[in-house]
Amino acid sequence: MESNQLYQEVILDHNKKPRNWGKLADASHKAEGLNPLCGDHIWVSLKLDDERVENIAFEGEGCAICKASSSMMTTNVKGKTVVEAEQLVREFRDMATGKLDIGGAPNHLGRLTVFAGVRDLPSRVKCAILPWHTLHAALHSESVVSTEGDQDPVAAAS
Amino acid sequence: MNSAASTAIQAVKPAGALDVNRIRADFPILNLEINGRPLAYLDNAASSQMPKQVIDRLVRYQTSEHANIHRAVHALSEKATAEYEGARRKIRRFINAKEEREVVYTRGTTSSVNLVMQGYGRAFLSAGDEVIVSQLEHHSNIVPWQMLCEEKGAKLRVIPCNDAGELLLDDYAKIFNSCTKFVAIAHVSNALGTINPVKDMIATAHRHGVPVLVDGAQAVPHMKVDVQDLDCDFYAFSGHKMCGPTGIGILYGKAQLLEKMKPFEGGGDMILSVSFEKTTYNAIPHKFEAGTPPIAAAIGLGAAVEYLESVGLDRIAAHEHDLLTYATEAFTQLKGARIVGTARNKAAVLSFTLQGVHPHDVGTILNEDGVAVRTGHHCAQPVMQRFGIPATARASFYLYNTFAEVDVLVEGIRRVQKIFG
Repeated sequence: MESNQLYQEVILDHNKKPRNWGKLADASHKAEGLNPLCGDHIWVSLKLDDERVENIAFEGEGCAICKASSSMMTTNVKGKTVVEAEQLVREFRDMATGKLDIGGAPNHLGRLTVFAGVRDLPSRVKCAILPWHTLHAALHSESVVSTEGDQDPVAAAS
Repeated sequence: MNSAASTAIQAVKPAGALDVNRIRADFPILNLEINGRPLAYLDNAASSQMPKQVIDRLVRYQTSEHANIHRAVHALSEKATAEYEGARRKIRRFINAKEEREVVYTRGTTSSVNLVMQGYGRAFLSAGDEVIVSQLEHHSNIVPWQMLCEEKGAKLRVIPCNDAGELLLDDYAKIFNSCTKFVAIAHVSNALGTINPVKDMIATAHRHGVPVLVDGAQAVPHMKVDVQDLDCDFYAFSGHKMCGPTGIGILYGKAQLLEKMKPFEGGGDMILSVSFEKTTYNAIPHKFEAGTPPIAAAIGLGAAVEYLESVGLDRIAAHEHDLLTYATEAFTQLKGARIVGTARNKAAVLSFTLQGVHPHDVGTILNEDGVAVRTGHHCAQPVMQRFGIPATARASFYLYNTFAEVDVLVEGIRRVQKIFG
């Protein structure tokens, strides 16, 4: 695993200039996500309209992988139905944990496959998954999620 | 950094200084390549590597000496017992404890602290009492005392530190009152490297009649520690940070305090006699060593102590000080780098942040250069909170590290800055 594979231009760009940064004043759903092992801490807020993600935003502190994953999640999920968004959550988690072979199996990840390399870096998997885990929680009206303990998304995926 | 600088430092070294190439030949793991690059192992504050002298000792024990201890009359059991107790003698001498029975084997620093919390704290503290810890503690010297305070209705008091990461001793002296019953402080901060003036701090506590536990996990591997000179009541450390195995640690305690304490775990080896009516506990230190201990690890720790003594703690400390000075100078010249922890009296720990780059990204990229550093909160979240940061990257040095490895670290950081430029 070389950094020029993981720290690609698109990830560095989203880290430096995160899209959809902030909190939605008119959010219908929101959640706070924590990665206590490395201190990543984000808030995801979104507005659903007729089971479709009309708007979504995030803010917080985290490493480049976490911030870029959050930013690219917002651009990918905006306009999608809840069912489509949940499918992306599952596919992203499975890609990051190495369960989904992005070359072989059909999927909807598109540019999000730039994060595939984290599967070789177990200590960084949760940095990439945190925003998706938080989005899932927001859609299920849970207010806070953690990547550790009984909410561990990696343990749940294995 | 250029090699001229490192040559200059090496050139002024006094005769009898540590021969790092000879030392490195003792550590087989240092020949590893990581991602096609020579390993630069700079995570010694988390765990150190093991020399072949200790590895060979473990092999010899397992191939020709192993049986359970303190049990049988057969030859192997006698041999294992003699070696296990022999290691205790070496450790006693190493820290200059007055008596062997003051040296208790534990699983490591954390279990040593917990033993004191359970055996002393739970027996002698009550509601309204106060326990003093410092801002710089590792979680393992905070959480047990918090648990005790919660159980007893006691209060945790915290010694603050300044922006350099030095404890404020005037504030410390003022925390004492008639309710103060215990002090638990680190000898050396694992997150910042600050060497605390524990001898003076112990004297202050003793003027108030309060016993002191020192967490020496980051001190014993790197400097000469004399528990009688410090006059500490308890001193805790781990084997795996001082060239020894994991799963073994030491609790030193003054005999009269250990004798007053209740055993923490019940079981075999910690008793003299058992009936359903009454059990008589064994004498110290065995009272605290219930069950079959990690015999091989204890003997391995004895070998590690011999190894460190053969190199010389003073030479190790001098070498580490040179590495720290060299690395600090290099970091001072790196734009956007901030050293966290700048105490005047500091062990060879370099905690740092880079502007605009999260420490975890720093660690992942340095790993590609074969450089092993720790990133995160270092199990010292109150330290991170004090400095207003979520995490740092930390390089920590030991006797086998070289100036060239510091150069690789600094080059790696330049590469991180270029990637995130």
